[in-house]
Amino acid sequence: MLNWLKKYLASPRQLRQLGVLGLNERNLACISAHNPRSSFPSVDDKLLTKLLAEDYQIATPALLGTIRHQAEITRFEGYLPKQGGFVIKPAKGSGGKGILVIQYVSGNRYLKASGEWISREAVQRHLSNLISGLYSLGGHPDAAIIEKLIHSAKDFADFTFEGVPDIRVIIYQGYPVMAMMRLSTKDSDGKANLHQGAIGVGVDLTLGTAIQAVQHDRPVFIHPDTGSPLEKLRIQNWHYLLDLAARCYDMTGLGYLGADLVVDAEQGPLLLELNARPGLAIQMANGTGVKPRLQAIDQHRAELRGPAEVSEVRVKVAQQLFGKQVCSARQLNVE
Amino acid sequence: MKQGRSTLLWTALILILLGGMHTAWRHFVHQVPLLPGSQQTYWDLEARVEMEAEGSPVKVRLAIPQSQPGFLMRSEHTASPGFGVSFVEGDQRFAEWSIRSATATQWLYYRAQFQFDPKRHIPAVDHAPDLKPSTWSQPLQAAAAQVLRRSWQESADSFSLAKALAERISNEKNQNGRLLLSEMSASEAMVNLLNDAKVPARVLYGLKLEDGRRRQALQQLVQVFDGQNWQLFDVNSAASLDVTGNNYLLWQQQAGPILEVEGAHESKVTFSMLTTHEPASSSVNALAVKDALLSLSIHSLPISEQALFKTLLLLPLGALVVVVLRVFIGLKTSGTFMPLLIALAFLEMSLSAGLITFLILVSAGLVLRQLLAYLNLLLVARVAAVIVCVIGMIALFAVISFHTGITTGMKVTLFPMIILAWTIERMSILWEEEGPLEVVKQGGGSLITATLAFLLMDIYEVRYWMFNFLGLQLVVLALILIVGSYTGYRLLELWRFNPLANQNKG
Repeated sequence: MLNWLKKYLASPRQLRQLGVLGLNERNLACISAHNPRSSFPSVDDKLLTKLLAEDYQIATPALLGTIRHQAEITRFEGYLPKQGGFVIKPAKGSGGKGILVIQYVSGNRYLKASGEWISREAVQRHLSNLISGLYSLGGHPDAAIIEKLIHSAKDFADFTFEGVPDIRVIIYQGYPVMAMMRLSTKDSDGKANLHQGAIGVGVDLTLGTAIQAVQHDRPVFIHPDTGSPLEKLRIQNWHYLLDLAARCYDMTGLGYLGADLVVDAEQGPLLLELNARPGLAIQMANGTGVKPRLQAIDQHRAELRGPAEVSEVRVKVAQQLFGKQVCSARQLNVE
Repeated sequence: MKQGRSTLLWTALILILLGGMHTAWRHFVHQVPLLPGSQQTYWDLEARVEMEAEGSPVKVRLAIPQSQPGFLMRSEHTASPGFGVSFVEGDQRFAEWSIRSATATQWLYYRAQFQFDPKRHIPAVDHAPDLKPSTWSQPLQAAAAQVLRRSWQESADSFSLAKALAERISNEKNQNGRLLLSEMSASEAMVNLLNDAKVPARVLYGLKLEDGRRRQALQQLVQVFDGQNWQLFDVNSAASLDVTGNNYLLWQQQAGPILEVEGAHESKVTFSMLTTHEPASSSVNALAVKDALLSLSIHSLPISEQALFKTLLLLPLGALVVVVLRVFIGLKTSGTFMPLLIALAFLEMSLSAGLITFLILVSAGLVLRQLLAYLNLLLVARVAAVIVCVIGMIALFAVISFHTGITTGMKVTLFPMIILAWTIERMSILWEEEGPLEVVKQGGGSLITATLAFLLMDIYEVRYWMFNFLGLQLVVLALILIVGSYTGYRLLELWRFNPLANQNKG
């Protein structure tokens, strides 16, 4: 019995030693303590995030239009691009719910990312549900955002099935502390959400290279649909991407923040959305707990004299603290 | 952060101390025993008179009960703002209220506590009524004679005759019985027939005792005499023809009106009842009523309110279960406190019946929801349609279970319908987006939570404590506060992060 337990359950002591952050602690020590309630709307409402990002010169996917009322639904085609695909998102959605990705339009038929054709009525029905608040955070009435479809950069073509891979960066007090790339799979229906079956690849903060990968919280080594070895993954422009993420802190003022970035084939790095309650799976993808890093940042900030550091400096600091060159033993000593 | 935690611990500690002190006080001063232990069953009965006063003097006369075989009266009192009260003793007891002038709606309360005591011999104070000559109309005469003749042949004494008569009258297939009921009530018919057979009998009003019932009316009972003894018969409910003394209480001892009102109109009287199990040694409730404000006892409220609180006071415990499961285990449920409402519904039925009903309702609801999806409706309308369908299903369920003899189905109505409809909608979306596995996970999580909450709330001692020691509510609150500040790992996280631990080990 005891052996069986040991096989399937980690002991709390082990996890504490690894510095794994649990949900209870995340809710109390990170979200409640560092994220002021008044800043939540700028993150929970994707439309607000987009407008704010514009002010801070952070690029986001091109907005084609918004639909707020049921009556406007029949005219939704007026917002669609002449050619190419589009994405319909709930402004206040969570956990990737209610996102409809259309790759191609042919007459009254719409091709979903999964390769399934759906009718015009089905798109309208989706819009109607969405505006009624089916996907929104408290069931409140919502608005639909129509965005231009993002095309994955060529570097990632071998590492993704249908969908666009995105990069999740956890930013603590403005410093990037951990990053992972999320690759969609057949299992996840082309979506980049880990709990739906996407692959999470931990990314080294200095190099932008893969550390290790998990799917459904369990280790994987090759992409199950394309067969590419995941360790080959390498992200171009990594420094710029981290800086983009770090700037989101200045924009929202949230101390514990998850930034989702994508690299578009034409537009380059874009901010997809922000999350005030980022999940914990990123620790699995990186093979280490995030807590020592949070403590290292706290310590760094306590020792800091003079004005607050700008985003580029913050990225450098984080890279020095958490990058591959630095021996991981040092992180543990901080505790 | 640290300071917040110590404030919290102190708050919790003070709450626990206060709760403990109140509990100790209830125990030592009011002598409420800590364990249910040896019990006596008490029935608290309350009559509420409601009327529209006309501005002139008002006089109200309400027939009130007294000790009778099986029930010993322990205490009685009235609540009536501004009215003068007097009790009229005699063969039939009355409570009389009067006031010089009153306007608008007036409420008068009469409350009595009876101790259920089948062993003690409480003499019946009655003497049999006189026999009345029967007054059958022409067409009924033959039918009455036939019913009486058949029943007479099947019976040996007055009581068995009454039983046979009651069976005939309540039997819907009996032509003669139907004919009699076309002109009079079943009770009157039975009394007339018994008088024909020279058996003294009369119609009296009594209460059918059921725990936690509110706004009930009195029922007609037939009192049948055989020399010094008498028995009660309920002709109207075919199921329990023979009144065995423990679930009917006679409200009047002599035939006559229950309520007489002068100076007001639209008067009516309704009854509430509640059963409590308390130690025989002390009359706890009488004490509690005396210094109601000091003891902050629920027992000082009107009985209809008390019945509500009996369930309400259990809810904090259920909430604690939900919090513990979420924070320590990490169980996913659909809707945070939905399981609690389900558990409440379980309390009214049995667990297995509740679980089966819930599963049937939700799965049938999911199928219906799929059909509704084809109609292309707005979200609010769709959920409303699901509500209608769920209620329809519940009605169907109740009818089917009634006719197949399963009575638990009747109580399905207690399921929180609106919440259920939303649950169905959410689960249906979950099915589409995340697959059936997630539906099973969340549905299972909800059911496990509901079951555990039910099992805790269903423990007899727990119910006794929560109802009798209000201080325990503060203790539950303190526990919730403490659990709410736990920052350690959840049990399911130990499983989730297990690969991480293994990989760093090896």
